[in-house]
Amino acid sequence: MRQPAISSRGRCVGWLERGCLTAIALCVAVSPLTAQKNENAMRKRQHNVYAALESAPSAARARKNPMEGHAREAEAGGKLFDQHCADCHGRKAGGTRRGPSLLVEPVEQASPGTLFWILTNGVVWHGMPVWSKLPEPERWQIVTFLESLRSNSKTTTSSGDIGSR
Amino acid sequence: MHVRPLFDFVLRTGRRNWPGILLLCLVTHLSTRSFAQESPYIVTYDHYLEEPGNLEVEYFSTFGTQRGGNDFHAFWMEFEYGATAWWTTEFYLDGQTTFSDSTVFTGFRFENRLRLLPREHIVNPVLYIEYENTSAADKILKEVESHDVESDYLEPNGEARRDHDHELEMKLLLSSTFKGWNVALNPIFTKNLLPSEPWEFGYALGASRPLALKATPNHCNLCPENFIAGVEMYGGLGDAQSPGLHETSHYLAPVLAWNLPSDWTFRLSSGFGLNDNSHRLLLRWGVSREFAGFGEMVKHLFGGHL
Repeated sequence: MRQPAISSRGRCVGWLERGCLTAIALCVAVSPLTAQKNENAMRKRQHNVYAALESAPSAARARKNPMEGHAREAEAGGKLFDQHCADCHGRKAGGTRRGPSLLVEPVEQASPGTLFWILTNGVVWHGMPVWSKLPEPERWQIVTFLESLRSNSKTTTSSGDIGSR
Repeated sequence: MHVRPLFDFVLRTGRRNWPGILLLCLVTHLSTRSFAQESPYIVTYDHYLEEPGNLEVEYFSTFGTQRGGNDFHAFWMEFEYGATAWWTTEFYLDGQTTFSDSTVFTGFRFENRLRLLPREHIVNPVLYIEYENTSAADKILKEVESHDVESDYLEPNGEARRDHDHELEMKLLLSSTFKGWNVALNPIFTKNLLPSEPWEFGYALGASRPLALKATPNHCNLCPENFIAGVEMYGGLGDAQSPGLHETSHYLAPVLAWNLPSDWTFRLSSGFGLNDNSHRLLLRWGVSREFAGFGEMVKHLFGGHL
């Protein structure tokens, strides 16, 4: 029996289909590797951001928070955190894919002066921009808010409500 | 004050810029919100870059008076993306309407700003590199340089748009923030890519401060900390063949930015010409919105493989 003739257009479509299927198969095969690579890169970046806390000069570390313990300033700092920081660090400061958690030991143990220094200078080569465009009192308000998260976590660790506001 | 042309320009803006407005509305619904803390400058740059992964879409207008010719309304769209914490890239589309003449698309610009130092210092340098492909009909006056004078803008659109410029522009953005005050100075160096054209020079400087340095705990639109006021000054400094202030134009402009908690920023600037070579008035306004996580969103579209 005679085979029906295949037009050149039909052959073209066939090649296109095969090409697409191959590309999809390659993507599927490579995706776990890429995802793993992205995950590793993210972890490395987060590690670098935490490591930057160590590089604060001693004079900066020793600075006292002029608003320490002021509930109203912590509340204002919470508003600022929500507006400027939550996109990367999460609304409850627990971290996102874009930025590390602030509810971890290196951050909780950092002095207020260190947090202020990091806010001012950023960790530019590792993704955190400088925030000196916020006036100094606003940066201290954010530090006061972060300190309030620490005290919250100390009082609520048993209930597992770490970092909630 | 030319009230009639100003009224006309408000009407024309709405009618002729609908694609830009539509695009802005569309992007508004595609990304998450982010509160912007934008500076009030329209011409001067400070050293703060776009946050990494964020996209800022901006629309600006300039209404300019023209002695011996027709007043104009120039407008541009900016798409500013924070590629990293030290690199911001930006794309501009320019256009203008000259009253009793026509509305023309005048070209595009591609700009990059690179932060040079990893930490804050007393003076913070940022390198600015821009490629411009614009016609001589371009009137946005985003920077004033060389011997740019008011009479250069008298040419009718039909003729001016035939003349195209390919320019490479470099600025060193120097900026400092202390006690809430920001002071910025931008020396400008521009080279037309035609070998026969000389290097051209200009400057922009600005100072600004938020109306309040401390935030209030409550969410509000009219809190003083949402407003930043300042002043900027810009002008030309001649070119390599004839440097200096002769036949140059200069402007002084009070500026105001209103950063709304609903992610929008409004800017207003009223520039006054300081000599006879300058336009008497450059009234500028702008609206922008920042979209946090735009880069992540695009990554997700491609399955996270970018």
